Amino acid sequence: MIKTIVSVVGKDQVGIIAKVSQELATLGCNILDISQTLLQDYFTMLMLVDVTGSKLPFMELSSHLKDCGEKMGMEIRIQRTEIFDAMHTI
Amino acid sequence: MINSSQIMQTIRMIKEDKLDIRTITLGINLLDCASEDTKRTAQRVYDKVCRVAKDLAKTGCEIEAEFGIPIVNKRIAVSPVAMIAQGDPLPIAIALDNAARELGIDLLGGYSALVQKGFTNAERRLIDSIPEALSRTNLLCSSVNVGSTRAGINMDAVYRMGQIVREIAELSKDNDCFACSKLVVFCNAVEDNPFMAGAFCGAGEPECAVNVGVSGPGVVKRALETVRGESFDVVAETIKKTAFKITRMGELVAMEASKRLGIPFGIVDLSLAPTPARGDSVAHILTEMGLEMAGAPGTTAALALLNDAVKKGGVMASSHVGGLSGAFIPVSEDIGMIEAAAAGELKLEKLEAMTCVCSVGLDMIALPGDTSAETIAGIIADESAIGMINNKTTAVRVIPAIGKKAGDVVEFGGLFGRAPIMEVNRCDCSEFVKRGGRIPAPLHSLKN
Repeated sequence: MIKTIVSVVGKDQVGIIAKVSQELATLGCNILDISQTLLQDYFTMLMLVDVTGSKLPFMELSSHLKDCGEKMGMEIRIQRTEIFDAMHTI
Repeated sequence: MINSSQIMQTIRMIKEDKLDIRTITLGINLLDCASEDTKRTAQRVYDKVCRVAKDLAKTGCEIEAEFGIPIVNKRIAVSPVAMIAQGDPLPIAIALDNAARELGIDLLGGYSALVQKGFTNAERRLIDSIPEALSRTNLLCSSVNVGSTRAGINMDAVYRMGQIVREIAELSKDNDCFACSKLVVFCNAVEDNPFMAGAFCGAGEPECAVNVGVSGPGVVKRALETVRGESFDVVAETIKKTAFKITRMGELVAMEASKRLGIPFGIVDLSLAPTPARGDSVAHILTEMGLEMAGAPGTTAALALLNDAVKKGGVMASSHVGGLSGAFIPVSEDIGMIEAAAAGELKLEKLEAMTCVCSVGLDMIALPGDTSAETIAGIIADESAIGMINNKTTAVRVIPAIGKKAGDVVEFGGLFGRAPIMEVNRCDCSEFVKRGGRIPAPLHSLKN
């Protein structure tokens, strides 16, 4: 399993979760968990996503999601979870 | 499980505080490339570097994309070329530069000689060839070690390097003497340093190794903003915690690069390396501690605390720490240093004091164009003495800006930045540097 964190940050609008989830489903990526907060119109969503079944290689998947985000005026990043584990756990 | 705020903290460090991996540097042993014929040696060098490092740039880009952490440079450090060069070493310089270009990496270091105790014939030839080698190549970096705590200081080499620095400046005067930024003169050079211009693969290194240099002054500054007005105990703790996080990321990237390249992991260099971008400055960490500008009284103490706390925080985060490890203070590559130098508040003498407590030495400092070889040699001698006596690495990377005077600015661009030209003490030191011979190793070199 290749676990990643997909982070979606930007101004709140209708259908963010729907669009990102749809996009990930189309690409063959499995959402394992979602957390989402809204702070003064500022939307932040973190998704734990397994990309083992992704139809695209990682670099293309990453740039595809980035482009999707830009169309919505949001910033979307995908990063393997190891970077967060390394930084915050001993 | 990591929580949301920790994830967002990491993302913010990368996005806003310019956290990055400064370099993945592949050390490659070239001693087996030596032959009696320099041209054949050059061909072997080219072939070996291209073979061993063929996946370096691609792997760096893949790790960057998958972990979402910028890897600014992919570099190579090779065995000191003086060790493999019989006859004219220039063809090897050209071969290395060609290999670097072919591989799509950023810099290649190791056009080097270690002459702290004296010259071999090959080392003399290599040093003589440095000005031409650096003016005929783009990506090649050179370093010469002129002193060590164990051997003392080779004053013949010190004077010669003063002359060499001037020759390089003359040859690249149409380009703001940029070639000088690719040469560093060391005392106590280390064998596994991933940072340029001084990286080389030392004689005690394995066949090849992955060494990683981390960065992140912006992250440290941001962390210190949350403890304004608190005591130095709190400041030191805050820096340690931040350095731990930064270094853990360096360790992860180093391990991953090592696994993917099939090359053993060497070390992580616990470094704070600035860039000229705003928010990526070591000087601004010092000002965050309460100084008006880098160079103010208190600067050396602030830097000493910073340097020590970075090491203490970082050392537990990595299985093998090495390289130069500490805070870098290159003037042209740090917006806070540039501002302080331009305002006349940061002077050469203060920088010299700062080098006693930081990672390396007098780095990326532009001097007036009429600074003599003897004066540059005097500066190298002083800096080497600091390194020799204090058991630390020191270095000199200065740029005599031909045709310019103190107060003017030289522009290098990119990571190299821009440098306001600093005034230099004009008193004559030529009789001193021309004495030659060796300054003996200090008493405390006798440790056995």
